[in-house]
Amino acid sequence: MQCILAPFVLPLMLAGIDPSSEAMVDFNREIRPMLVEHCLACHGPDEKARKADLRLDRLNLSSLQTDGGKLITPGKPEESDLIARLVHTEHGKLMPPPKFAKPLNAKQIDLFKNWIRQGAKTSAHWSFVPPLRPPAPSVKNRAWPCSPIDNFILARLEAEGLKPEPEAKRARLLRRASLDLTGLPPTPAEVTAFEADSSPDAYERVVDRLLASPRYGERMALEWLDMARFADSNGFQIDSSRSMWPWRDWIINAYNRNLPFDQFTIDQIAGDMLPNPTQEQLIATGFQRNHRLNGEGGLIAEEWRIETVIDRVETTSLAWLGLTTGCARCHDHKYDPLSQKEFYQLFALFNNVPESGTLQENRKGGNTDPAIEVMAPETSAKISVAESVVETAKTKVRAEEAKAPNQVEPWAAAEVILLGKSIWKPFEANTAVGDAGTQYSRQEDGTWLAKGPNPNHESTVVKAPVSGSLNAVRLVCLPDDSLPNKSVGRFSNGNFLLTRMEATLVPPGGSQPIKLTFGQALANYSQPGWPIEATIGKDASKGWAVDGPTRREPLEAVFILSAPTQAPAGSMLEIRLVQATLGGHNIGRFRLAVTDAPSFAVKLGEAGPAPEVVLALKTTADKRTAEQKKLLLNRYLASAPGALGQAKKELTMAEQTLKGLKDNLPTAMVMKEGTPRKAHILIRGQYDKKGDEVSAGFPSMLPSPPAGSKADRLTLARWLASPGHPLTSRVWVNRAWERYFGAGICRTTDNMGTQAEFPSHPDLLDWLATEFVDRKWDMKAMTRLIVTSATYRQDSKVTPEKLKQDPQNRLLARGPRFRMPGEILRDQALYMSGLLVNKVGGPSVRPYMPAGVWDETSVYGDLRNYKNDTGEDLYRKSIYTIWKRTAAPPTMLLFDAPNRETCLVRRGRTNTPLQALALLNEVTYVEAARKLGERMIVEGGNDISSRLKHGFHLTLSREPSARELEIMRQGVERDTQRFLRDIPGAEKLIALGEAKAKVGLIPAELAAFTLAANVLLNLDECVTRE
Amino acid sequence: MHPINQQAAVNRLNRRIFLGNGLAGSLGTMAASRLRAEEAGAPWLIPGIPKAKRVIYLFQSGAPSQMDLFDPKPKMEKHRGEDLPESIRKGQRLTTMTSGQSKFPVAPSVFKFNKHGDSGLWLSDAWRYLPRVADELCMIRTMHTEAINHDPAITFMQTGNQLPGRPSIGAWVTYGLGSPNKDLPGYVVLTSFGSGRPDDQPLYDRLWSAGFLPGKHQGVKFRNKGDAVLYLTDPPGVDRSTRRATLDRLAALNGLHHQSLGDPEIETRVNQYEMAFRMQASVPDLLNMRNETKETLEMYGADVTRPGSYAANCLLARRLAERDVRFIQLFHMGWDHHGNLPAALRGQCKDTDQATAALLTDLKRRGLLEDTLVVWGGEFGRTIYSQGGLSEANYGRDHHPRCFSMVLAGAGVKKGLTFGETDDYCYNIVKNPVHVNQLNATILHLLGINHERLTFPHQGLEARLTGVEPAPVVKELLA
Repeated sequence: MQCILAPFVLPLMLAGIDPSSEAMVDFNREIRPMLVEHCLACHGPDEKARKADLRLDRLNLSSLQTDGGKLITPGKPEESDLIARLVHTEHGKLMPPPKFAKPLNAKQIDLFKNWIRQGAKTSAHWSFVPPLRPPAPSVKNRAWPCSPIDNFILARLEAEGLKPEPEAKRARLLRRASLDLTGLPPTPAEVTAFEADSSPDAYERVVDRLLASPRYGERMALEWLDMARFADSNGFQIDSSRSMWPWRDWIINAYNRNLPFDQFTIDQIAGDMLPNPTQEQLIATGFQRNHRLNGEGGLIAEEWRIETVIDRVETTSLAWLGLTTGCARCHDHKYDPLSQKEFYQLFALFNNVPESGTLQENRKGGNTDPAIEVMAPETSAKISVAESVVETAKTKVRAEEAKAPNQVEPWAAAEVILLGKSIWKPFEANTAVGDAGTQYSRQEDGTWLAKGPNPNHESTVVKAPVSGSLNAVRLVCLPDDSLPNKSVGRFSNGNFLLTRMEATLVPPGGSQPIKLTFGQALANYSQPGWPIEATIGKDASKGWAVDGPTRREPLEAVFILSAPTQAPAGSMLEIRLVQATLGGHNIGRFRLAVTDAPSFAVKLGEAGPAPEVVLALKTTADKRTAEQKKLLLNRYLASAPGALGQAKKELTMAEQTLKGLKDNLPTAMVMKEGTPRKAHILIRGQYDKKGDEVSAGFPSMLPSPPAGSKADRLTLARWLASPGHPLTSRVWVNRAWERYFGAGICRTTDNMGTQAEFPSHPDLLDWLATEFVDRKWDMKAMTRLIVTSATYRQDSKVTPEKLKQDPQNRLLARGPRFRMPGEILRDQALYMSGLLVNKVGGPSVRPYMPAGVWDETSVYGDLRNYKNDTGEDLYRKSIYTIWKRTAAPPTMLLFDAPNRETCLVRRGRTNTPLQALALLNEVTYVEAARKLGERMIVEGGNDISSRLKHGFHLTLSREPSARELEIMRQGVERDTQRFLRDIPGAEKLIALGEAKAKVGLIPAELAAFTLAANVLLNLDECVTRE
Repeated sequence: MHPINQQAAVNRLNRRIFLGNGLAGSLGTMAASRLRAEEAGAPWLIPGIPKAKRVIYLFQSGAPSQMDLFDPKPKMEKHRGEDLPESIRKGQRLTTMTSGQSKFPVAPSVFKFNKHGDSGLWLSDAWRYLPRVADELCMIRTMHTEAINHDPAITFMQTGNQLPGRPSIGAWVTYGLGSPNKDLPGYVVLTSFGSGRPDDQPLYDRLWSAGFLPGKHQGVKFRNKGDAVLYLTDPPGVDRSTRRATLDRLAALNGLHHQSLGDPEIETRVNQYEMAFRMQASVPDLLNMRNETKETLEMYGADVTRPGSYAANCLLARRLAERDVRFIQLFHMGWDHHGNLPAALRGQCKDTDQATAALLTDLKRRGLLEDTLVVWGGEFGRTIYSQGGLSEANYGRDHHPRCFSMVLAGAGVKKGLTFGETDDYCYNIVKNPVHVNQLNATILHLLGINHERLTFPHQGLEARLTGVEPAPVVKELLA
């Protein structure tokens, strides 16, 4: 118990403060937290919960009246009802009420008394007023500070009687700075160079080198990705893939080019509303589209649109303001002065995006509108070339078309002979049956129209007699007014997805049915990524979709059998349309036909011309009207025989090339302002319980935007990024501090509201916040300022005295050490072993993952059957690993990564046996250990000791002690002996992973060094940045 | 840092240090853990010895149909095919799977109901084995929830919130009580696909996530293929003694580093590696069914030999309970029967009936049922009206949040009780509603936890499993 309580007892002793004596009481530091914790639940901003009409969250405490008189009489605790009620003996009068179970102790009551005796001064919550720049305090040890930061830290240490630790040894300092700024340790050469550099600014120059590395942006982006809930999947039940990596690359790039934080803010919140936004600024707004999207069958779109908008409010508030607004969704905030109405005023700012609220996947890569195509400069050049080729081909076609009027007559003469000779026979069935219960009714044109409830998955079965030769089946799907979006499919957006086309021939007389196979499938249109060919393949996660939401046009598909089949008279053909890939994506209206025509004659195109064309053809040339002549000319042009056909073919090819280029352009979801929607207070936060209408606006607890500005998203962005904003700069510097010191100056980096922990160094926080604004929101400059401070450079040695006095190191009398995030652990292992691939950006990659992680709990969506990439993509930085929200990368989750379903500001930092198992046994780490062992052997000289020393330098950036070396050396010798007795075992171990072992190494030796490297990579010192 | 204003933080941190880091997943027997938790002043512990020491939660994902399994509605036969009256529906929102339907024809169950056991508990003839343990069961017919789609509804059952980011019930329980077994995780999750509807419904990591609680409280999902626990097996070519030797080296080097640096976190890490090493033995031992008698295996049914089946998971649940794992949760998928319900439901019952009954019998004869709470149920109910066509022998049912049935058994619950009453259409609750949060409050109560006090500071609030509205424990369910 004692060691646990020690940290909290400590400052009391050190500060020499006894609350019963008359030390000056600070309202914000001492009184407000008690009011928040013990009083505001019933006497706070929430009007509905407020008791006795008494509100204690404002500054007018001295003017409040209670039924017992004045709440507070400044200077006179004995005449203040507040004190009377805190010590009341009568049940029902004592505050806080005993059943509230948050009693105040005697010391706390004394604090209240002293505060009143001293005049009961109040001041606004510290984080809600703009920071004033405090002067850097003077210190006794003037030689220590490198920057004003150190004055703040040292002044407090000196007051507490503590001394800072000396600067860490160069190697340790370099390892710390390299990991903090680039996510990778230094190379042995970098360590040597730094140790040899005796110039006074050697360290500052190292920091500048690290800040200039492209790895810097990748490291900085890690926390931002958690906050932005970035992922490669849509979340929810289906959790199919989406393409938001252009946004992720924008973030990395923004850090690398040191985009000032105000612009970083404006671009991500409202880049689309800037005048003439660049493509980059549009991509940036993807921050507001990284939320999940629900595509579950049967959902109510508006419910989920509301959730999306609320998610934006909550995420934006947490990320920039460090405020939790979620509770005000249902009622006035209990602690922060944010009313429910104000919550919906913020809501109104994000409410105008043209979106349905559900997953549409109507843009490439599984994205949902609004989205843009993202053009890289080199693609742009290729597209211009392809466009000019198309233009040339078009000219040629036009030249051929000019010759056409003379060609019509001979063509028509030939065409008239072919009239009425369709190759297709209608497939006349009496019923069409849905296995999952869909009702099909026959229409006059021979089509089947689906009615009734739309099941999640359906298999539509149509049976009809056939006889003679059978070679192909034709499926025609038509739009219908009764279908969603008046399109072709039954999904809420009008799309369908045909998973598989099946045909079974049932010969007469009870013979065994014959399953027919198709060799070729053609369609007049396939949605990108969902080709018709998939319907005759085996993969049930693939299929034919048709862009139902946008096209709404008749579709035709033909399926040619692998070989013609002879059906004996009396046979039945059973055609089965399997629609089982995505929920509810069923065909709405269709008809079938079959043919015996040979494969070469089977073509797309409705058989037979329209009646008016037939009439024109049958009319002799001299009797045709002008209209009929025009009709035939058009028909001729459309059928395009001869040279015209050739020219058109070339045009088609040129267009396809162009289309291919354009189709390969990635898309990214972006923000867009559509028609403004009305916003309402939602009663109890429910989407269908509308209260009063509200207009867009900003919370009154914070300074307002400039008078006359329009209440919209752009103003919100500019307001957040304005120099005088009390929270934005404090929140940012506090989180930067957390990254480098393990805890924020205000520890609750996810909550800077009235429930925030009071900062350990409030003046330092304000100084940094003003410095950030003064430096024009320059993130690299602030980072440099922090990591070049003497505070940062301290050694992280933990002496028993300091551990006892300040176990959590809040006062920073020593350098902080803490376990690194899972991403960095993986990246450094790859880097030390020489496997890491230095490539910034691009689509997400698939490194090793145990089989079944995606599939054990889902058979939905396209993110299944995980297969790891091969080659370079196995060894990219972890920030590029594909992230499926409902089954996120397990080695990241084990190390406290969130699943990215919602905004997360602060990861936990646990220490578990499952982490140990991952670092010991996961293939990535074992393969990295082998390659690291190989480096020790190949680069480390000829004896075991020199090789092991090399291993220490590669992993820990230092020389081993004699004792360490001896332990490791004995291990290598023993393991080598053991593997020499078990060569197959050694060979198995060194065969793990796809990277090839260097030729010529002795298996037993490599296996032994693999285990040595395995030990090094698992050392506490290796997984800790210290 | 002034001490006084930090008092609340002190209390929280004490709780966190003791329960978050000290107890859970680490040392000590149940008694010791109670003792230490009480010493630490964990304010949520109800004084006295709790009825339940552990939970086996048999989650039936997809929403089993209550009127075909548990809640007989004989009067529906004479309303067959009639439209659901508006007086019953009362404006209940519908999913968009059926909101376009012009008619809502009442579909009486094809299953026949009988009373079973001394208590006369009603069960349908979809069950063959469950009736044999009818007197162990405590039936709640009046569960209700707020969500109407699977993802939010199952998230709500597990975390008390439809939106992600909250800790699951198993994480709350191990956070609140710690875990007595030092060699196994405190919260274990087992999943199985159903044969009634093999393509439904997906599960998500978040369902057993620790949310904002310390990550160690996250449920550990045992996998059905490969390593049961991720990365449990040493790399090929590395035998136990070799692994032991590498860990000794690791410990020796870490020890040296600790000597020079002094950070106690280093010792903690060494302990975690040792626990990992022990898990490498304890998990295979747990999974090794060779010592189970033929009679036991037969009792669970033929599926028990197929890894990853519900039956195999039930047997594994018993073995986990024997090893004092705190919270054991099975998820069986496949209960979402929008169409072809009778056939699909039979498939699901075939998967679960025998094994569920066997688990209860097995726990009982080993004396484990006395201190193990068993929970059986899904995320919502289904509609009395048919989704899609209705025929004599076939129908489907849509989602229904207003009432559904759940079954409890074991530690501290009233045996043979049927609680609550729904209307003739099994559409509305007539008597004794039980909200999801109340069920969770009751589960925590049986474990000796006051659900209103089991809180964790999150983003400035004292968050808890059962939400901000009152959710009284359902005392009538308690023995």
